[in-house]
Amino acid sequence: MESLAKEQIIKDLLPQKFGKAGKIWVGILLAFCTLGLVAYILQLKNGLVVTAMRDYVSWGIYISNFVFFVAISLVGSLITAVLRLTQAKWSTPLTRIAEIIAVSAITFASIIIVVDMGRPDRFYNLFLHGRLQSPIVWDVIVITTYFFVSILLLYFPLLPDMAILMKYKDQTGMLWLNKLYAYLGKFWKNTAAQIHISEKAINILSITIIPVAFAIHTVTSWLFATTYRPGWDSTNFGAYFISGAFLVGAGAVVVAMFVFRKAYHLENYIKEEHFDKMGKVLVLLALLYLYFNVNEFLVPAFKMKKSEEEHLMGLFTGEFAAVFWFAISTAMLIPIFILIQKKGRRPLPAFIAGLLVVIGSWFKRYLIVTPTLLHPFLPMHDVPESYKHYFPTWQEWAIAMGSLAGALLIITFFARIFPIIPIQETITEIEEHEQA
Amino acid sequence: MKTNDTSRREFISATLLAGLAITGCSSGKNPFEPDPATIETVKPSGEMIKLLSVDGEVIEVDKAFLKPVPSLPQVSNELARQGIPGKKFVMVIDLSRCKSLKKCQSACNHMHSIHPGQNWIKVYPLHEAEHTAPYWQPTTCMHCDEPPCVKVCPVDATFKRQDGIVLIDSDRCIGCRFCMAACPYSTRVFNWEELNLPKEIADQPYSCETSVPQKKGTVGKCDFCPDMARKGELPHCVSACPNGVFMFGDMNEDVVTNGAETFRFSDLVRDKAGYRLMEDLGTKPSVYYLPPVNRNFPFENNEEKEENKKS
Repeated sequence: MESLAKEQIIKDLLPQKFGKAGKIWVGILLAFCTLGLVAYILQLKNGLVVTAMRDYVSWGIYISNFVFFVAISLVGSLITAVLRLTQAKWSTPLTRIAEIIAVSAITFASIIIVVDMGRPDRFYNLFLHGRLQSPIVWDVIVITTYFFVSILLLYFPLLPDMAILMKYKDQTGMLWLNKLYAYLGKFWKNTAAQIHISEKAINILSITIIPVAFAIHTVTSWLFATTYRPGWDSTNFGAYFISGAFLVGAGAVVVAMFVFRKAYHLENYIKEEHFDKMGKVLVLLALLYLYFNVNEFLVPAFKMKKSEEEHLMGLFTGEFAAVFWFAISTAMLIPIFILIQKKGRRPLPAFIAGLLVVIGSWFKRYLIVTPTLLHPFLPMHDVPESYKHYFPTWQEWAIAMGSLAGALLIITFFARIFPIIPIQETITEIEEHEQA
Repeated sequence: MKTNDTSRREFISATLLAGLAITGCSSGKNPFEPDPATIETVKPSGEMIKLLSVDGEVIEVDKAFLKPVPSLPQVSNELARQGIPGKKFVMVIDLSRCKSLKKCQSACNHMHSIHPGQNWIKVYPLHEAEHTAPYWQPTTCMHCDEPPCVKVCPVDATFKRQDGIVLIDSDRCIGCRFCMAACPYSTRVFNWEELNLPKEIADQPYSCETSVPQKKGTVGKCDFCPDMARKGELPHCVSACPNGVFMFGDMNEDVVTNGAETFRFSDLVRDKAGYRLMEDLGTKPSVYYLPPVNRNFPFENNEEKEENKKS
């Protein structure tokens, strides 16, 4: 990277207009979002009856999607905060990717939880009548905090880049973008004092976000663990959720790294070394998650309490066995197998492993929510036959997929407007490197 | 002119009677006041109906002037949330008397206008283990003293009252369904769609004591019929059961009754070895069960037979 001139770096990293592929990508995402919106309007009109949720399975893929979003958003704290505080310099080009994934995921986590509400029109009741003893209120508090801390962690490192963007305005394209840059970052003069304040602020935020990140996913796990139900009634849940969250978030970052690298020709910035290192991180996280899974399933399976038995057998060999073993192997076993080999940590196989982790993790969240609800303490009785099963309706799929598309759309537009790899930080690092 | 005059007089007497039929109306609008709109529009139909006046006199009134009794003025939301002072409601369910007639269920469904297919009272055929006897177990809301549902409600829409009853305020519920996940007794149901209620029920002013009308996007469940308790009457399931399975009463008075028989609560539960469901969870239910010994009826599961026939 030493050979790269400053001008070249800026030229490489400035946001680019969408090419043909970019336009098609945005079109597809917009189509999914529109379909999701249509489905949601139908749901608002007719009620949650348009979903397949009923009295027994009262939480479905909206909630598992919510858990998935919260999980994936934890990566912001892993890459930006944990790696920053441990001074792992190699992660610099990945920080902004991780942070925008965090912000878009936590935004859609909040949206999808409103979608799940029977009376979204009464959302204000949470503030009017909120009771601190309910884990939902804890979740509202910590998710809001996480959202704002994440936004700041995205914004502060952007300030020096904003100055560069304004300087090269003829290359970034549209006029309104320059107005946006000016609005967001005109006060930034790149003085030593400003840099000092900014670095201090980022450090404080990096430390703050770690407990907040732990809180959002621990509290999310408590939405389940504070109930009595088999499969949820577990003291392991907080750690189990957090380890899984870091895993899926890191998987998502690997996927995003690969896509941005290809789309924006960033081979000089997101290098094979990054895939190698992230691959190792993924293996570690997958092993960690596997460890908690063993705890979560082996210990109750050893005892086979009557209330747990139906639930566990449903997962191991029963109606959910296919999904269960698919999730375990795609989220953990296969990625570990791929990434543990040196060849497996090259960009393409690492990308595939990352994708498997993300897909497997989505289904894992589904398995955390639904099977438990189908095994209540008292047998399912005196309800219509349709209440005893759950398979999401097209409206649920459309809304869930629409929310995933929406999160990807935020990331896509962000990369169109702002440099996805920090320009100023990259330059500074090279300069420091040369001096040394 | 003349006919008009008499009809007005008749109308007023009819409303008077209707008004007198309502006892205990305490506040709100004056129910004796005729609605000026109806006076102008109602025309006599010619069909006369005989009514018994308060003096014991039989009088005739034109049918057109009869109108439904206006809804009783209800207790305020604040009072409904506090509960009835000095009471601690309790229910005893005698499993030896139940043959799953489900009269409790149909009465409850009817009186609360529950969505068809859903039930606040469920009657489970239970069979704990291979060599144990099967039995019927009706379940209502357990009205726990440590209610898991109330603990998790983010907006205080479901709450515990001083008389022990756990209620839902459907005007406040946000429909998050956390309470349904938290309840180990699967007692809560959700109104997934708009209920197709007859107009007179849909127009009733909602109260968390009557739980009527149920509202789309909110949770519903057995409410122990506190509106009946305020009138000094038994819950609908209790009075509907021909076998006297349900006994309802006040723990402070130490009395429970199924209408026909009255028992001392503490004696009944002690002598017949009463127990509560899932005691190990620590929810402390207000519903006690008497074990299915010396049964009045043999266990016959017709539901199963019917299902087998169908398939």
